[in-house]
Amino acid sequence: MQLFIFKSKWNPYLAGALAGLLAVGSVVASTRYLGKPKYLGASTSFVSAAGIIESQIDAARVKSNRHYRQAGTELDWQMMFLVGIFLGSLVSSVAGGTFKFEMVPSIWCDFYGDNGFKRAFAAFLGGFISLYGARLAGGCPSGHGLSGMMQLALSSAVAMLAFMLGGIISATVIYRRSW
Amino acid sequence: MELIFGAVTGLIFGVLLQKSEVLRFDRQVGFLLLEDATIIKFMFSAIVVGAIGMYLAEGYGLIEFQIKPATLVPVALGGLIFGLGWALAGFCPGTALGALGEGRVHALFAILGMLVGAGTYAETRHLLKWKFLKLYNFGTVTLPQFAKINHWLVIAALAAIALILFFMIEKKK
Repeated sequence: MQLFIFKSKWNPYLAGALAGLLAVGSVVASTRYLGKPKYLGASTSFVSAAGIIESQIDAARVKSNRHYRQAGTELDWQMMFLVGIFLGSLVSSVAGGTFKFEMVPSIWCDFYGDNGFKRAFAAFLGGFISLYGARLAGGCPSGHGLSGMMQLALSSAVAMLAFMLGGIISATVIYRRSW
Repeated sequence: MELIFGAVTGLIFGVLLQKSEVLRFDRQVGFLLLEDATIIKFMFSAIVVGAIGMYLAEGYGLIEFQIKPATLVPVALGGLIFGLGWALAGFCPGTALGALGEGRVHALFAILGMLVGAGTYAETRHLLKWKFLKLYNFGTVTLPQFAKINHWLVIAALAAIALILFFMIEKKK
């Protein structure tokens, strides 16, 4: 029998269910052993990391900023969670033989060609817009989509619908030029 | 201790995201083009299992909820803006790190954009002073509290929606 981690792909229903258990397990364990609940989330850490970078230039400015203060500008649980995602994916892809250097994904290539600079610029712009929106909304598909929905939060249900609506409109305009 | 907890949780989550392929650009954009169901399968399975687990754990007093305030105007507006950028980047904040981990180098530029976007947010949020941003603020409320129904009914409805979706997806194949 082939070990699970060496398989190239797992059933997404199973992986999703395990992610659900992981989300619950994280909150239960962190409440018990850290004294505070740690719900899965990602976008706050980008504010923290931006704050850390900006404080190398102007520490006082970062300190006096409410949003940086709220996000925190020290290495914390969520930043390590993101580092863990990077490492977990690296290990998993190498073990499963699916690690691949890629600069231009196939759907992108179909419409905009294989120019890496073009793709890099679009990725940067998309990242910029999405994170700005995520912070305004108070979370991303992890914080709202997973953690918030699991708690059946009203804000997260609205956020999820808005994420999908915005994404579907945007994807249709960008990747379906039959119109 | 806190840092180790974060790293281990992320490590497992990263494996799950990678093995299910939800962190792929083509899966994410495929979902937004309504052509690929991988994200739906993963998200709905996670939410239904997670909701049952969270409400059981909360019921037994093991955890406390952390509900984000339902400031519906900024949530909806920010959500729409997020969606616009999401399709262009092809990654969300969590999956971008994982995509880089499996060698998808262009995710690095999405991550850099996210960092600059986050910094820009922190520096410019105070400029967004429109009064309508404060409308429709319902506070830290859950769907069952808002609709005044039992939370298990809401979870059952969510599970039913998920099962119907799964059934439709599998039948289409």
